[in-house]
Amino acid sequence: MLRVRGLRKSFGSLEVLKNIDLDVNKGDVVAILGPSGSGKTTFLRCLNFLETADAGSYTLDGKTYTLGRTSRKEIAEIRRKTAFVFQNFNLFSNMTALQNVTEGLITARKMKRYQAEEIGRMALDKVGMSERAGYYPHQLSGGQQQRVAIARALATNPEIIFFDEPTSALDPELTGEVLNVMRQLAGEGMTMLVVTHEIAFARHVSNRVIFMDEGVVLESGESRGFFEAPGEKRVREFLRALEKRDV
Amino acid sequence: MLDNYLSERWINIFIDSFWKILLPGLKLTVPLTAVSFSFALVIAVVTALIQFGNVRVLKQLARFYVWVIRGTPILVQLFVVFYGLPSLGIVLEPFPAAVIVFSINEGAYASETVRAALESVPKGQIEAGYCVGMSWMQIMWRIVLPQAMRIAFPPLSNSLIGLLKETSLAANITVAEMFMSTQRIVARTYEPLLLYLEVGLIYLMFCTILTALQHMGEKRLQTYGGRKMRQGDAGHR
Repeated sequence: MLRVRGLRKSFGSLEVLKNIDLDVNKGDVVAILGPSGSGKTTFLRCLNFLETADAGSYTLDGKTYTLGRTSRKEIAEIRRKTAFVFQNFNLFSNMTALQNVTEGLITARKMKRYQAEEIGRMALDKVGMSERAGYYPHQLSGGQQQRVAIARALATNPEIIFFDEPTSALDPELTGEVLNVMRQLAGEGMTMLVVTHEIAFARHVSNRVIFMDEGVVLESGESRGFFEAPGEKRVREFLRALEKRDV
Repeated sequence: MLDNYLSERWINIFIDSFWKILLPGLKLTVPLTAVSFSFALVIAVVTALIQFGNVRVLKQLARFYVWVIRGTPILVQLFVVFYGLPSLGIVLEPFPAAVIVFSINEGAYASETVRAALESVPKGQIEAGYCVGMSWMQIMWRIVLPQAMRIAFPPLSNSLIGLLKETSLAANITVAEMFMSTQRIVARTYEPLLLYLEVGLIYLMFCTILTALQHMGEKRLQTYGGRKMRQGDAGHR
């Protein structure tokens, strides 16, 4: 459903993404792992055009785009089919939870308010936040804010949702509620691409794993095989270090 | 005897001139301030948005405008417009001339306030807006400006109070506002100390009212966060 070939991105003279390929099928949950500075967040942001990739080809839903030469209209088209969940939630702080979810539907998709609110309430319900629909972001905990952000992503009915370290800004006791929501979405067949440090999530929820380091994909494969017998030495070291932390 | 006579005369002049100063205040100073500030706000928001959005060419123009206006005395600007422009065949009535100068002048200063406020809205919210399909204009109008104006409210109130007092400079281009009216009464009564203190007191009254309005406004604006934690910090609670 999403296919990327030869994606490149430089910041000035620093090449941060070197020829990245990616295949995501419908219903896949793909975890992107890697040490910080490996370019995984930049890669994810390129996929939603929050960063502009320099080169590569991008196929979504059967339509191919040339990266580096995508028009504003094409970007809008891609964004209509995708959604993004940020590390810092990025809820609109001047709007309630429900307004956060309906805003895009009403202003960008010209949906009628009552219709948008119906969808919005359903989305909030799905993440267990319907009782806080009238709350402003500052009145919610980090985990609750992130769940609202996921509801906002769901409301636009995307084909794929990109998650950029969705639990990294949360206190440990709050990560569970967010991961549960994501696990539930995965179970419902939502296509998800998740940059994460949560090894448990990658191991048990995702069906495929990509390991990035220094701007390249070092290793990728089925989650099961990946964790049992990683081929690359760098990957083994990384996993061992994370497991030590988790103990 | 003489003392008695003097104080009585002072009280009479004070009371007699109070309305003669207050009335031009209500008829000219207040409207001049209100109209100029409204225009200034529009100019400020547009100028700030142009810079914030990095609009090519227009951005240079906006920077140039702020540079020139902030770099020249408002008194000079008043004189150029009122006494200078007639040489080019542009003759303006005193009041409109004053409105133009104060709007443009205040607009330049306020645009920096608004620009700083725009910058203070977390960038992530703009990205989130793009991700749900909103356009730049929609994001500005619905998300960034409402938050920025709340942040800009106290410094803009400050500017409004400053502008109210600054309008006294319009006396120099024959706008018969409070200060000029006072000068005229002084010319008749020869009581500069009393009358200039009196007009100062009336300015103080107006500014007190504006200060009270500012406090009320700030309270109303606290509905979604006020001085509490901003969104970016929420995760590290």
